[in-house]
Amino acid sequence: MALTYDEVMAKYEPVLGLEVHVELNTQSKMFCGCSTIFGAEPNTQTCPVCLALPGALPTVNEKAIESTIKIGLALNCSIAPFSRFARKNYFYPDMPKNFQISQYDEPICVNGYVDVEIETDEGPKVFRIEIERVHMEEDTGKSLHVGGATGRIHGAEYSLLDYNRAGIPLVEIVTKIVPGTGKYAPEVAKAYVAELRDILRSLGVSDVKMEQGSLRCDANVSLRLIGVETLGTRSETKNVNSLRSVERAIRGEMIRHAELLNKGERVVQETRHFQEESGLTRSGRSKEQAEDYRYFPEPDLVPVAPDAAWIETLRAALPERPSIHRKRLQEAWGVPDKEMAAMINADVLNIVEATVNQGADPTKARSWWLGEISRIANDKDVAITDLAISPTDVAEIVALVTAGELTDKLARQVIEGVIAGEGNPAAVIAARGIKVVNDDGALMAAIEKVCAEQPETAEKIRNGHLPAAGALIGAVMKETKGQADAARVRELLLGHLGQG
Amino acid sequence: MIHLSAAEMATRLSAGETTSVELTQKHLDRIAAVDADVHAFLFVNNEGALAQAADIDAKRAAGEKLSPLAGVPLALKDVMTQKGVPTTCGSKILEGWLPPYDATVVTNLKRNGIVILGKTNMDEFAMGSSTENSAYGPTHNPWDLSRIPGGSGGGSAAALAAFEAPLAIGTDTGGSIRQPAAVTGTVGVKPTYGGVSRFGLVAFSSSLDQAGPCARTVLDAALLHEAIAGHDPKDSTSINAPVPQVVAAARSGDVKGMKIGVVKELNGDGYQSGVRTRFEESLELLAAAGAEIVEVSAPNFEYALAAYYLIAPSECSSNLARFDAMRYGLRVGDVDGASAESVMNLTREVGFGREVKRRIILGTYALSSGYYDAYYGSAQKVRTLITQDFNNAFEKCDVMVSPTCPTTAFKIGEKSNDPIAMYLNDIATIPVNMAGIGGMSLPSGLAPEDGLPVGFQIMAPAMKDERMYLVGAALEAALLTKWGAPLLSKIPALVGK
Amino acid sequence: MTSLSRDDVANLARLARIEMSDEELVNLSNEFTVILDAVARVQEVAGADVLPTSHPLPLRNVFRPDVVVPSLTPEEALSGAPAQEESRFRVPQILGEEA
Repeated sequence: MALTYDEVMAKYEPVLGLEVHVELNTQSKMFCGCSTIFGAEPNTQTCPVCLALPGALPTVNEKAIESTIKIGLALNCSIAPFSRFARKNYFYPDMPKNFQISQYDEPICVNGYVDVEIETDEGPKVFRIEIERVHMEEDTGKSLHVGGATGRIHGAEYSLLDYNRAGIPLVEIVTKIVPGTGKYAPEVAKAYVAELRDILRSLGVSDVKMEQGSLRCDANVSLRLIGVETLGTRSETKNVNSLRSVERAIRGEMIRHAELLNKGERVVQETRHFQEESGLTRSGRSKEQAEDYRYFPEPDLVPVAPDAAWIETLRAALPERPSIHRKRLQEAWGVPDKEMAAMINADVLNIVEATVNQGADPTKARSWWLGEISRIANDKDVAITDLAISPTDVAEIVALVTAGELTDKLARQVIEGVIAGEGNPAAVIAARGIKVVNDDGALMAAIEKVCAEQPETAEKIRNGHLPAAGALIGAVMKETKGQADAARVRELLLGHLGQG
Repeated sequence: MIHLSAAEMATRLSAGETTSVELTQKHLDRIAAVDADVHAFLFVNNEGALAQAADIDAKRAAGEKLSPLAGVPLALKDVMTQKGVPTTCGSKILEGWLPPYDATVVTNLKRNGIVILGKTNMDEFAMGSSTENSAYGPTHNPWDLSRIPGGSGGGSAAALAAFEAPLAIGTDTGGSIRQPAAVTGTVGVKPTYGGVSRFGLVAFSSSLDQAGPCARTVLDAALLHEAIAGHDPKDSTSINAPVPQVVAAARSGDVKGMKIGVVKELNGDGYQSGVRTRFEESLELLAAAGAEIVEVSAPNFEYALAAYYLIAPSECSSNLARFDAMRYGLRVGDVDGASAESVMNLTREVGFGREVKRRIILGTYALSSGYYDAYYGSAQKVRTLITQDFNNAFEKCDVMVSPTCPTTAFKIGEKSNDPIAMYLNDIATIPVNMAGIGGMSLPSGLAPEDGLPVGFQIMAPAMKDERMYLVGAALEAALLTKWGAPLLSKIPALVGK
Repeated sequence: MTSLSRDDVANLARLARIEMSDEELVNLSNEFTVILDAVARVQEVAGADVLPTSHPLPLRNVFRPDVVVPSLTPEEALSGAPAQEESRFRVPQILGEEA
């Protein structure tokens, strides 16, 4: 009975719609001064405003507005000269006011687009995703369900509420319907979310961590028979918490819809929840009656009417679009596709770039970050950006190696020391007494000592058998505890034995 | 001493003729003596008030520079949060709640050294015109204990008329400061919207609510106005501009050359004859004081009441959603197996009174999909028309005037089963809230037919609040000359207490 | 004449989360016939050419800087809670969609 994806595609055309919620990384909440730090003790970041105590009033965080405008500009949107907050009324215990301050018919950014490129059977192809709106709203609190087996809401005896997250600024980015992606719908959706994530990161407006929920995607999918204009009934899948899940959820929904339609059943317009383990979606509890959100303009806030000068200042300061930026770096650095992909996958492109900007050679910067430092991050099981080593540190180390003041081996020790918190490279070198022995006098003493210990080998070299030099160089290196520059040792040794 | 004006009390305090502790204790004694009959207070903060008074006395003794009203007691409408002091809004749903924060008005009162005696009774969540909708029982009008003291701020007005406090804070959404002032023979001012912070004012209708001063004289109201007004960054709708010079205006009372516009539509049919008599008399006195009386027309005012009873319920249906038994306040029906939803439903059934439920349901309807444009949307358009009427009229005059209410105080219970009749009380006060401008009510005498106080309303353009005080002070002075003594000295009830 | 049936009122009461007895529903339904007639007058003058006023002040762009200010202590935050556990508000089981 189960249809294959190809069977679905032979008969139906998918239409997508994507809603992405992004938590902004402001210091304080959207409508009050409470901190937004993730993971604080429960209800320590709450106040009369975000607890909706009687009498409390919201005030708008200017940085959140600025971030939203930046997002709109980066997504090629028009910034509305006049926009308003509205109340979206519905009761839910994790929402203290029992209305969410959101935007309704007057959002701050409208009509933009994002181009994403994916690999198709005919080679790379660009798909344009049109953006309908970008608007501001606030997050809800978090509930912990107690009793029942799973910690899930169903079967719980009661719930415990923590409002630390309530009121954290959210930006919702809504696409127009996306037709015409054909069988590439899942890949296009994934590429779109990935592109959004990169753009948001480059703007510095959000942590964009899908696993922590600072970027969340709701995927709307509907199918229609190929050649038919009318849209099919859509389902809205929530809880899609990774890029891979975006792809899986859409593919799964397309197959589920097709199976229903083939059986002559109808698709129910509903909210579904993505199950990470199975890759399937589960129906949300269907509401007995449709909600009526009774939107109306938020009377406690005044309209947002950004002036043109502000918008233009923000526009002028926009960073290069990540996909374009990547292409430019790749050309400038002369990096092959595979290496570029490796850096992107390892999430080190930005730090490598920062290291290069500090004067390091791109190849060397890349190899330190992708090699030794990535290895340490893996061993410690932390994100590479969380290690206590900065692009400046790495650039300094690269410079020392290039100058011959550090060997690769010593450089690894310095890196280890910096990550261990012993200070910057100079401090680590000083504290650990690391230095390349490039005092020729000391080296010559070691060379003479080694030659005296291994006279036969020395004699071979003197007779022109140069490959034998390796053994003596190794011995000298050992004698100097690895702090000598091997090239200089070789030079001095060969000179000493009449081969210079 | 309790019969003095707040300004006179302040003078005696600064002259060292009395102390704030003594003055506060006298008022607490008065409350103990008469409030069983009046029921102006929901909570009397004996200890807190005396501690605050002692603090002011100590500061005065230490030679600190104090604000003009420092040490003078005040009654606070129970719709304002005061840290650690019960705040119920006249509702069961908030019984026992102790706010962990001060409203900005309360912060300003404390900063000015004004002693807060306690919290006054009100219609539940400020919805009403008689204080009969309080979940804790009605307040009685000190002029006649069988009558209503107006509403929603009946407690604050009655406390003034009963000499339980010389000053009070009210809030005015459709007349809740001015109408109680009118029917109790006191002064009440609704400042320009945004003139006084709403932070900590438990919202009924956010775009209409405005806190303001209640007092027995125009000057006292002005002194209190200056103490509580000013920009507040915690209220996004607070006006960032200097406070109008209301005290100077109240001291001057010079109306020579001012044009006073009589609103044609707020008079005549439906207005009690004694109300009209007193209104005409006041106009004559103002003319005699040098003002020019002109007639102005506001044709859309007749739609104000209808628009108000859509906008206010709509906003309140959303504002009162937070009373859901989850984080504070009453919780009903939390038995084994109950759901959050059923607990919300049961708590809100039991916790809210009839009028509050009626307005929540009406507002829910007016905002609902398919009806929004016909009701809420149309009401907002009426709001535009009313504002235009004011703008047009203010081209012809400096202030507009009318009787504050169509009638004098009615009997408790007389209108409680007829919402529409009750709503008509606010017909003359509502346009001011719709346009966000300032309005004042001050006593214009007693209606000959029933011997009850009548209010005279003065309306001024936004942020021109000082004009109300000029006209109010002029009229007050002229009436005082005519009467020979303040109106409240004629109050028949509570004599001998 | 606009009117609201008992069932209309029941639906509104559900949206507003207020339990209501049958008697209350019927009473309100009757009252609304009168009240809605009175308030529907706004439609007489609300022409398409009239702009709505949602707020009495012409203010724009009122913002606060992105600065953290001290929160309440958890004790203060929870001081009014009808029930609490582990510094969280304890509420009855939540029926409805998983967030």
